[in-house]
Amino acid sequence: MSRITIQVALPAHLRTLARVEHGDVTVEVEGRVTQRSVLDALEARYPMLCGTIRDHTTQERRPFVRFFACEQDLSHESPDAPLPEAVASGKEPFFVIGAIAGG
Amino acid sequence: MSKVRVLVGTRKGAFILTADGKREKWNVDGPFFAGWPVYHLKGSPVDPNRIFASQTSDWFGQVIQRSDDGGKTWIQPGTPPGEPTTAPGGMPKGESNKFVYDTSAQSGKPLTTHQWYDGTQHPWEFKRVWHLEPSLKDPDTVYAGVEDAALFRSSDGGKSWQELSGLRGHGTGPQWQPGAGGMCLHSIVLDPSNAQRIFIAISAAGAFRTDDGGKTWKPINQGLRSQYIPDPKAEIGHCVHHIAMHASKPGVLFMQKHWDVMRTNNAGDVWTEVSGNLPTDFGFVIDIHAHEPETIYVVPIKSDGEHFPLDGKLRVYRSRTGGNEWEELSRGLPERDCYVNVLRDAMCVDSLDKCGVYFGTTGGQVYASANAGDSWTPIVRDLPAVLSVEVQSLP
Repeated sequence: MSRITIQVALPAHLRTLARVEHGDVTVEVEGRVTQRSVLDALEARYPMLCGTIRDHTTQERRPFVRFFACEQDLSHESPDAPLPEAVASGKEPFFVIGAIAGG
Repeated sequence: MSKVRVLVGTRKGAFILTADGKREKWNVDGPFFAGWPVYHLKGSPVDPNRIFASQTSDWFGQVIQRSDDGGKTWIQPGTPPGEPTTAPGGMPKGESNKFVYDTSAQSGKPLTTHQWYDGTQHPWEFKRVWHLEPSLKDPDTVYAGVEDAALFRSSDGGKSWQELSGLRGHGTGPQWQPGAGGMCLHSIVLDPSNAQRIFIAISAAGAFRTDDGGKTWKPINQGLRSQYIPDPKAEIGHCVHHIAMHASKPGVLFMQKHWDVMRTNNAGDVWTEVSGNLPTDFGFVIDIHAHEPETIYVVPIKSDGEHFPLDGKLRVYRSRTGGNEWEELSRGLPERDCYVNVLRDAMCVDSLDKCGVYFGTTGGQVYASANAGDSWTPIVRDLPAVLSVEVQSLP
């Protein structure tokens, strides 16, 4: 099965935790490119991010985290739904974003 | 010459303040973990260069940090980068920021709900670590008090955490309920004379004690009176804000409750009120002089509806008689227009010959007294809101 390099854009706080100074990170995904497979690959490469995007136990998205790609809000999509082709082909990044909250 | 290292957790990062034994000139390092709330930092009494920190965020959850060089560098003591986060058998490895409640029938009893604000039952949900208490004897062992209230222990330097589930499972858990700040286990006191004895406090459930290393627990709230609890003998439901013990008198504890300053002489079996002549006995912090076990400190706050000092004057009160008789300490503290709060983990004492006392405010000031409270000076004035203050006395 082919491996595809996926771009993931992380918020600044998570880049700091992952010790990534600038820009997007890339992860290798084998098989279907979904939220779950991308985040599994991200956490395998950056284990310090476990629990910061998805709940440790339920694996559900944390309430104040959002997923965007190709100008679409994918936060409420199934974690096993295919991501847009532009993300799956590595052309566009998959965005992990801290929700705007507070004043 | 001896020196001190003050560990400050704030709403937007951690700071480390250092000075020599005179405690006059301070060096300020930080922010560490900039932008993240850091609820608490505390150093190991066995290895003072080992410091644990609770970095936490409503957005991105809980992160445990550890320094082994006195706060210069920090690591997350979990799975190293590049290693898989699952073991060959498919089970997740124990990452350092993973706190999972024990619901096994054998050890934890499947306790899943507590009381919610409206009286209904609500699932236990992990939110953050409020307090980290390193072991008195083993630098790899550290306890964590968490919200929703539970006690966890790590025996591998913070890499993995296991719940001491006998606390939640002892029977009254479904009656515990959150205070205004959440249902947090915020105080952990280890008995230096008895390794099997630990005291903890939860807002709003009360204080608890184990005498068998955390397997079984009993509520220790007899004598507490809370206006909002109709039953004057209620063992559960009290909003304890903080408890403190002096190492030389491990059976004596002091408590700042929501309202009331309390004392027990028998390890919590019975409490008596020692608010005495305090101008208000609402407050959050309480601590004890390092060398005088009957000298205690509180910061009176006007009321539960007005979380700031009386009349805009920031004051520490000291009792040299173990309570009841209190003196106002004001030299160097704001005389007017001061409307900050001092949160429950934001006071501490050092153990130098002349005991130093420290506290931090929600206005970002950290005050120090190098003479047991007689006079105060601000170390820093403009940090983010201070959540916790701990001090290490170093050779």
